[in-house]
Amino acid sequence: MIMKLVIAIIQPHRLEQVKEELYKEEVNLITVSEVLGHGRQKGVTEVYRGFKETGNLLRKIRLEIAVNDNFVEPTIRAITKGAQSGKTGDGKIFILPLEQCVRIRTGERGGLAIG
Amino acid sequence: MKKSLMIISVILFLSAVNAFAGSDSSPKIDTGDTAWVLICAALVMLMTPGLAFFYGGLVRRKNVLGILMQCFIALAVLSLHWVIIGYSLSFSPGNGFIGGLKWFALNGVGAEPYADYAATIPHSAFMIFQAMFAIITPALIIGAFAERMKFSAFLIFTLLWATFVYDPIAHMVWGVGGWLKGLGTLDFAGGTVVHINDGIAALVTAIVLGKRKSYDRHPTPPHNLPFSALGAALLWFGWFGFNAGSALGANGIAVNAFVVTNTAAAAAALGWAMLDWLFNGKPTMLGTISGAVAGLVAITPAAGFVGIIGAIIIGLLVSVFCFIAVGFIKHKLGYDDSLDAFGIHGIGGIWGAVATGLFATKLINPAGSDGLFFGNAGQFIVQLAATAVTAGYTFIATLIIYKLVDMVIGVRVGEEEEAMGLDLAQHNERAYTMLE
Repeated sequence: MIMKLVIAIIQPHRLEQVKEELYKEEVNLITVSEVLGHGRQKGVTEVYRGFKETGNLLRKIRLEIAVNDNFVEPTIRAITKGAQSGKTGDGKIFILPLEQCVRIRTGERGGLAIG
Repeated sequence: MKKSLMIISVILFLSAVNAFAGSDSSPKIDTGDTAWVLICAALVMLMTPGLAFFYGGLVRRKNVLGILMQCFIALAVLSLHWVIIGYSLSFSPGNGFIGGLKWFALNGVGAEPYADYAATIPHSAFMIFQAMFAIITPALIIGAFAERMKFSAFLIFTLLWATFVYDPIAHMVWGVGGWLKGLGTLDFAGGTVVHINDGIAALVTAIVLGKRKSYDRHPTPPHNLPFSALGAALLWFGWFGFNAGSALGANGIAVNAFVVTNTAAAAAALGWAMLDWLFNGKPTMLGTISGAVAGLVAITPAAGFVGIIGAIIIGLLVSVFCFIAVGFIKHKLGYDDSLDAFGIHGIGGIWGAVATGLFATKLINPAGSDGLFFGNAGQFIVQLAATAVTAGYTFIATLIIYKLVDMVIGVRVGEEEEAMGLDLAQHNERAYTMLE
């Protein structure tokens, strides 16, 4: 079975909504990390004792979700639904081929191990 | 009825006789004054850890322990220095410039009051109150050379600076026979001795030590502003001991100092927040606490001599001066006074000393003097002279001490250590773990 790794960068305050949408699509496996970055909106301006710094990195949330091929579209749908506001900075979704997957508890491999 | 009246008047008479007898004998210890001064000493002690958090929050996460360590070790080293030699050099009778060694290791400094300083508390209470000033003053300079000074060099520099800069200045301004004291300088709680002194030393060290490696490319945002806010709050709290305690008694002057200290800090905090709002778009937390500290610095020399209107003006204007100094002048001139020790303590201290010469009034403190606005231009001139003398002496002496330490062991950490951060490079520790 073909497997994919979905990586998404989203706004931190959208995480709860994205999770809800993912559960609706029965995608239950998710890894979340806090990351820094910026896209077209070019970061934020911070001022410290009058010292202005523009283009500071913004806080974002990075999701990693490994899925079987038939779950790719539902996952994309859920993330988009949960994270879209229509404004710059909503984020990105990347889909990567996934070589192998092993469930540590049982040693199962591939599509069986992924869910 | 008549009988009881008679008894009461006899008692009153006897107690009056007693009171007269009391004033005739040698200085008498007042328990209220003593309790107040001891509590104030503890309050001022808390300012050094408060400063550690104020500064610690402003540096990068890799240098926060370096700051905390410098402040805490200053507390340790300078406490010892003070009781062994510092107090004697500062306050024992000597010449106009420096005290003698008569009180070496607190010899003769005990429970008996020393009336020239404080007639109603034990001499040793005055000594320990003053100890806390001698500790925080060198610690304040840390802000100028943050994130790049060797710990060993810091220790030697601090000891030499305490001995050859703090002690003589304290003697000149506050000591028996000190020549600036003789001129009539008004410095209630340490505007010249503490703030101009450490502010100018900060400027010197920032210039000669040079900029941090990363300074030109980008400013370094504070790694933990809540720490800084906590530190500023502790400073504000401790400053009641610093200023109101300098009355050396639980009296009206202490209360006045307490009230004007709070007022000036409030005016300056609000002032800086407004300036931020006007010129930088938003009112900032860092600006507000910087303002509060600047206000506390500025009111320090004036606390025992000015009223509430003076305090408000001193507080509002110190924010304007410091705001300009740290936001514009520093960047124009290009020195890296990393945490604005000069920008806030130097500038604020100078304004405070000058403002004391403007706003001081005998209506507040009959033992003080009138300032320019109360018809005494002479006091204003004296304040200017004391400021210039203190700044000049500190500038030269700090420079010499710095060069000496640099020649012998080198002051600055290596480039790699600076990049690694002082926590790991100088102390083999990290403030925050990533895992567990």
